[in-house]
Amino acid sequence: MENRAVLTGTHFINGDIACAEGGLAAGCRFFAGYPITPATEVAERMARRLPQVGGIYIQMEDELASMAAICGASCSGARPMTSTSGPGFSLMMENIGLAAMLETPCVIANIQRAGPSTGLPTLVGQQDVMQARWGSHGDYEIIALSPESPQEAFELTIDAFNLAEKYRVPVILLSDEIIGHMTEKVVIPHPDEIEIVKRRSPNIGPKDYAPYYPDEDDIPPMSTAGDGYHIHATGLTHNEHGYPDISADAQERLVQRLVRKIRSNADRIVRTENLYLDDAEVVMVSYGCSGRTTREVVETARADGMKVGMVRLITVWPFAEQLIRELAEQSSVGAFVVVEINSGQIALEVERCAGGNAETVLAGLMGGRMFAPDELYKVVKEAVL
Amino acid sequence: MKNIFIDAPPLTPDQAKLGRSKGYGDHPLDKYLKEGRIPHIWCSGCGIGIVLTAFIKALEKSGADPDKTVVVSGIGCSARSAGYLNLDTYHTTHGRAIPFATGVKLANPELNVVVISGDGDLFAIGGNHIIHAARRNIDLSIICVNNFTYGMTGGQGGPTTPVGAISTTTPYGASEYPFNLVYMAAAAGASYVARWTVLHTRELRDAMIDSMSKPGFSFIEAISPCPTAHARRNKLGSGLDIMRYYKEKSYLADELDRDETALGLADKIAIGKFVDVEKPTYLDMYNSHVADRAAQAAKKKKKKKK
Repeated sequence: MENRAVLTGTHFINGDIACAEGGLAAGCRFFAGYPITPATEVAERMARRLPQVGGIYIQMEDELASMAAICGASCSGARPMTSTSGPGFSLMMENIGLAAMLETPCVIANIQRAGPSTGLPTLVGQQDVMQARWGSHGDYEIIALSPESPQEAFELTIDAFNLAEKYRVPVILLSDEIIGHMTEKVVIPHPDEIEIVKRRSPNIGPKDYAPYYPDEDDIPPMSTAGDGYHIHATGLTHNEHGYPDISADAQERLVQRLVRKIRSNADRIVRTENLYLDDAEVVMVSYGCSGRTTREVVETARADGMKVGMVRLITVWPFAEQLIRELAEQSSVGAFVVVEINSGQIALEVERCAGGNAETVLAGLMGGRMFAPDELYKVVKEAVL
Repeated sequence: MKNIFIDAPPLTPDQAKLGRSKGYGDHPLDKYLKEGRIPHIWCSGCGIGIVLTAFIKALEKSGADPDKTVVVSGIGCSARSAGYLNLDTYHTTHGRAIPFATGVKLANPELNVVVISGDGDLFAIGGNHIIHAARRNIDLSIICVNNFTYGMTGGQGGPTTPVGAISTTTPYGASEYPFNLVYMAAAAGASYVARWTVLHTRELRDAMIDSMSKPGFSFIEAISPCPTAHARRNKLGSGLDIMRYYKEKSYLADELDRDETALGLADKIAIGKFVDVEKPTYLDMYNSHVADRAAQAAKKKKKKKK
């Protein structure tokens, strides 16, 4: 029988559709969402495709409900997903916190548009970077991946599912309007070539199982609703049994672990694309659609004899802290130019990690369009001088 | 940056033993409660415990499979019910129990999914979710404990607080019209709607059995006293006094009349089963209108290709 979930072959599709296909290829069979520009195409694709492969697409009444529904579906063993943009992402924050606290694997595709508020619904922004990390109240860590092409939107959505399942954490695909609406060639591989990571299930019986008792790597095995484990899961601070424990001790144990399970694995999670770093005097740091312009500018600058390199963040969170720190200490590097469509979010991280060993320059844009190569070229030229 | 976190104290033997409490198993219904979770948090005279007992008895009488029954709750005193039950239980965010339960149910339709939460959780912050879940006729059983106030936060006014009732945020008396929960659930499309007070323990239990076996969206309103936060300020007496009031003032209504079923501070209480209709659930509709058509469309496409 043909595998209708994985459309193996070469396609000419946009980043939103590629994201939906990535979800299907990763085993997503439950999608709850609410229409919003420029993420609607993800939902529309899922509405058409999920019923073909035995999955459920449900359009919820808002993004609060969408996020809550995917948390619930995850507890029933599904690999669930939702998609949204700025205003909807804000509404999802409440239950992204719940997903972090209950440790329910799920994927949220945020096709960023320019804000604040309703902003520019149809035009690009990269202003939700800090919100992706810190948007829900309290302390937790998430993973966020940022694609620079429809092909990468497909691939990173699969990675997002696998990371979510492996670390029991909500994973955000931090795409943007340009990537979402850009139509390019996307190659979908054979299902055998797609790696599927599944969450760890308990290998002990219900009597001995404590749902939040972690393995040595800080990740607790997860039971599925209906499997007879009779667990309790709560958004309240809880002990290893999942029972509410309103105490500083329980809070310390739980929240430290939620943070540590991502931070201590950062070197396994972090991925970057590095270009011409060996002798770079100026390192351009970028991600998402801005990474495309940056690459072109780096190539032009190199052709013109300037020693410019590039770091493109594939994982925005956790941040590529170690790499930036090492580059800042590298004797050739004098400055970082951070290229992003916001007023300086990743630039703050770069400056922090540079620790005064190299200058940090923000090339910012408030949204509505991509960078033009010539305007970035000017910034780089000044930085090299 | 060097991170120095203050060491988290290790799990003590006492904590590790949690769930092995003394006396567990002495009561015949203990098997429906998670070990080590009793005593509960509710005040004396509160009716939520009666609702929980009615639910446990409904589980026992109906023979529902505890492995396949899931309880989801939101936030508030009533929502704490979930944490005591020896089932898979999820205590979620304020107002979001129903959408969370929707995800649980749709990702595994085999499960019998029940939501136990309060009036503020389900009809104020969660008001949008309950009407849409009812509209979709998702196969969920909703048990709404209505005590006319936000008990856990100390007795604030809410969408069910009767006009004139004193609360910490309506110190001069509530001036807003309250929701009529059963009327609203019915109007939104629920397949089953009933209202009982916590005096009517058997009727409550039987309504819960009905709701769990009923395909589609079921809604049960359980009128319950909150002696601490609501009754005291409104001079309604003790928990026992309120039970007497339920006995005197409640009457079986045979139809869902909007004005007849409205609730005041000390008025008559119309109780009974108001809606019990057969109609395809969300999943029935999804399968017949979406999944089957998607499969047919795919078949046609294949033929065309040939």
